[in-house]
Amino acid sequence: MTTTTAGITPPAIQHDKPIARARRVRNGAWWAGCTLALLLVVAPVVWILEGVVEHAVAGWKWDVLWTTSTGIGGGLANAIVGTFVIMIGVALVAGSLGIGAGIYLVEFSHPGIVQTVLRSATEILAGVPSIVFGYCGYLALVIGLHWGFSLLPAVIVLSLLVTPYVSKSTELALGQVPVANREGGEALGMRKTYVLRRVVFRAALPGILTGLIIALAISAGETAPLIYTAGFSNLYPSGALIHSQVGYLTYAAYAFYDEPSATAQALSRDASLLLVLLVLALILSARLAVRVTQRFSPNRSASRPRRGRRRGAVDGAAAVR
Amino acid sequence: MTDAPLEGELLSPAPRAPETAVAAPPGAFRRRALAAGQHLLGGGSTVAAVVPLFALLGMLAILFSEALPAIRYNGWGFFSSNAWVPGNTYAGSVRTGGVLHPLGAHYGAAALITGTIESSVIALVVGLPIAVGAAILLVERLPRRLAAGIGLCLELLAGVPSAVIGLWGVLSFGPWLAHHLYPALSHIPLGIFRGGYNSAGQGLLAGGLVLAAMIIPIIAATTRDLLRQVPDVTKEGALALGMTETEAFFAVQARWVRVGVIGAAVLGLGRALGETIAIALVSGSAIQYAGNIFSAMTTIAATMVSQLDAAQADPSGLEVKALAECALVLLVITLVVNIVARMLTRRAARGAALPVGAGF
Repeated sequence: MTTTTAGITPPAIQHDKPIARARRVRNGAWWAGCTLALLLVVAPVVWILEGVVEHAVAGWKWDVLWTTSTGIGGGLANAIVGTFVIMIGVALVAGSLGIGAGIYLVEFSHPGIVQTVLRSATEILAGVPSIVFGYCGYLALVIGLHWGFSLLPAVIVLSLLVTPYVSKSTELALGQVPVANREGGEALGMRKTYVLRRVVFRAALPGILTGLIIALAISAGETAPLIYTAGFSNLYPSGALIHSQVGYLTYAAYAFYDEPSATAQALSRDASLLLVLLVLALILSARLAVRVTQRFSPNRSASRPRRGRRRGAVDGAAAVR
Repeated sequence: MTDAPLEGELLSPAPRAPETAVAAPPGAFRRRALAAGQHLLGGGSTVAAVVPLFALLGMLAILFSEALPAIRYNGWGFFSSNAWVPGNTYAGSVRTGGVLHPLGAHYGAAALITGTIESSVIALVVGLPIAVGAAILLVERLPRRLAAGIGLCLELLAGVPSAVIGLWGVLSFGPWLAHHLYPALSHIPLGIFRGGYNSAGQGLLAGGLVLAAMIIPIIAATTRDLLRQVPDVTKEGALALGMTETEAFFAVQARWVRVGVIGAAVLGLGRALGETIAIALVSGSAIQYAGNIFSAMTTIAATMVSQLDAAQADPSGLEVKALAECALVLLVITLVVNIVARMLTRRAARGAALPVGAGF
């Protein structure tokens, strides 16, 4: 117990008073709760992966990959090819729409009512349920234009569905290119399009690519809009844009699971495994794409400084990142 | 418009100066081609930017015009009745009030709407605390590498197709619920816990929990990104005052991220409201009010998928229109939810461009 010069005894720190103990207990309970929450987030992921692998591997046959499905069994080759055909279509349509929209919002528009309306519309479109997209495609394209269940309505509907994601990531990626880089280009007398092509796009490429790959992952995983637009077919895609149904993996996973035939049920498990592997590959390739393009980008620094700046210069906590 | 000066441009008075000053190098033809390229890019990107707006308005217009006969036929009963009767589609269609319909057809969506809201609310009540708690631990406690690994888990959970999650719900999760959780819950002396359940566990609670798993990545990733933006000095200040980490969290971080987390939660709610395939598999697909938390139910979106075949078999085409009315109701609900979320998050920081934690 120390005594100050004035002879006043300062209150001792009372570690064992009930209040202090209650605070410590509450703190411990809080972290325990957070830990439990994290376990509850990770558990379903592990459980889903484990379940998918276990169910599929039990009856796995390699010829699933190169035989087409029949009503009661067969393989998934038609669905695999169909999924990739649809993904290529979406990459072309949603890629050009989304990147175009992103470019417009960053490079060719001014802050104001038009920009706000267009940006809000894009973001709200991202929140529209996929089944609503699918049903509108069914009403307008499949029935309305008499295209029937086929590739073109499927690609159009899925593209509109994922365009907001591509547009958003393009917008963010372009916005992160430092103004100084553009001004440097302009100061050298470059045209705006030339600056865009040679300076801005190169720095923004990782972000744009990530958005595109995520869009592909979404389109590979959608079922509801495709049921209403693509139908399903046991044959390989015919190449016709309309009047020809297309098979795809998510339908096999969804619709075959409670078929009376055991071989059809096995196809559903196999399709689930293939889908999970496809999504995993896309997620990993998105990360890889970011790394590779950053390494070979002429201005490596361009896509990076934002991180530090956004966190604020004061905190200096690189440790959190 | 295409020659707009760049944002934050310092030299805005003369953005075209180089062309006039350095007249010689490019030939006239090349210069015109370059100018054309610029106009092409500007025009093309403008068209692309307008597409989402037209898509949104187009969908509203299509659904409304297609649903009009059903709206006239159903009237307000659509929102008060819970019977969905396609009618006798084999007999000829009859005309009532100018609308052709199968004999005995009756479309009431009350059970669908309540089912949609109930399952989404369960998802939010269960999912929000889990997602936020996990995000807090992720940012405040876990080492960076582990946090990155769990980030991959979140992306995977967000990316796994809903059909696969639905299958997991039917084949693994539902039976587990029926064997382990439901027997315990049925001891709770409350009305909503009174009732039988099937061995596959399909029903309202299973549906809500599966939806929770699907919205957790959205909320968790957004919360994580927001928490990372809280300056460390403010936390350190709170800790230096002698607060425990918990108290500091509520005093500092919670205030920084509150608005953004609420916005993310509302976005997650929107996602849950529109989820289709997973809920079609796990809900038990019964068009009825859920009397208790175990009972089979369905949602608007799930009904739209399960009724597809019946609707196509309807020679009068009225069930297709009735489903269009369902879609319109769902679209309006999700639009409202999303606009509210957007208003809430407008001032919150924007995160990554991934659907996980995108903040939109």
